[in-house]
Amino acid sequence: MKSFSGKALRWEWRDGVVELTLDREPANEIGTVMLTDLEKFAAAIKALEADTAACIISSSQKRGFSAGADLRELYHGAIALPEKERNAGVRDFVERSHAIANAIDAASFVTIAAVHGVCFGGGLELALTCDIIIADKMARFAFPELRLGLIPGFGGIPRLKRDLGNAFVRDLRLTGRSVNATRAQAVGLVAQLAGEGEALKVARATAAQITKFDATTRAAAKKFLKPIPYAELKQEVEIFCELFARPAVLAALKKFVESNDAMPYLP
Amino acid sequence: MRTLEQTTQEVVDLATRHFNVAAGSLSPSDDFFKKLGIDSLQALELLSRLENYFGIELPDYEVQGVSDFRTLAERIQSRL
Repeated sequence: MKSFSGKALRWEWRDGVVELTLDREPANEIGTVMLTDLEKFAAAIKALEADTAACIISSSQKRGFSAGADLRELYHGAIALPEKERNAGVRDFVERSHAIANAIDAASFVTIAAVHGVCFGGGLELALTCDIIIADKMARFAFPELRLGLIPGFGGIPRLKRDLGNAFVRDLRLTGRSVNATRAQAVGLVAQLAGEGEALKVARATAAQITKFDATTRAAAKKFLKPIPYAELKQEVEIFCELFARPAVLAALKKFVESNDAMPYLP
Repeated sequence: MRTLEQTTQEVVDLATRHFNVAAGSLSPSDDFFKKLGIDSLQALELLSRLENYFGIELPDYEVQGVSDFRTLAERIQSRL
C-alpha cells in the first residue's frame, strides 16, 4: 500500500521515500485509534521495502511530534473494566505497541524521525524506533512515566539504552524531566539539529541522500549497526504490566486526568 | 553577570515575542498561565525558548508551581 489516509496518520510513497505523517489532535496522543493506524503501517512495511530507501516520520500537529500515550483513554478504559480484564487489556495494548515498534525498528529502509515540539513518552518511544532523529531546535524530549508510577511501555528503555550512555538514560528516566533539543543532540539522542520549523525539510534532504545508496548494502549496514534488544523488550512488557496492576497507578492516572493544575504534565 | 532585574525583563520580553502579545502588556508579577491563557505544553515551549536564549538547562521540577515571570527569572538566575 503506497499511500494511506487514516484517522490518526497518513503516508505517501514518492521516489523511494515514504513520508508518514502523524495527524491526530491535539498532540498525536497514542490511544487505540493511533495504534490501529500504526498497525496498518507496520503491516505495510514488508511490501514497501522492495522499492523504499527511506521513511520519514513527522507530525502535522503544531504542538509537536507526539505527547505520548493517551492517558485519558487509558484511564477511562481501565476503570470501566474489572481488574482481571483491565490488566489483560493493558497487556494487549502494550504487546500491540511493541509489535509495531519492532516492525518499524526492523524495516530494511532507513527511518528518520523529524521531530518538533513535544516528543514525550510513547512519542519518544516511536522516535527511538527510527535510525536517525532530526529535531527542530524547539523540540523537547521526556519520559514522564515515573510520575504515574510506571516505566515506558512501548520499548523506550531498551532502545534508549541501545543508543545512549546509561548515565543520561538514568537522568532522563529517574527524574522524569524533559530536555531540549540541544541537550538531546549533545548526548547523542538527536542526530541533526534543524532550525525552527525546518526539521521536515532537513529530513527530506537526508532521505534524498540515502536514496543514492545500494539497497542491499544499506540494509546489511543497518542490521549490523542496530540490533534489536528483543530480550530486554520482553522484560519491559512484564515489568510494565506488573507495575500497572498496582492501585497506585490508577490513582496517579485519576489525579492526572482530573487535574485542573496548569501543569498536569509536571507533577 | 546579569542582575535579576535584567533577567526578569529579558524573560518578559521573550514571552512577549514568543506569544506575540502587545509590547508592554506583560509585567514581572503576572501569572503567565492566566495572563497569556496558556496550557502546560505552551509553557514547555516557553521553557525551551528560555533555555535556548540563556544557554542553560532548567529542569521541569525546578519550575513546577512557578507561574509568574519574576520567580521564573529567579530560577533562571540560579543557573546562569
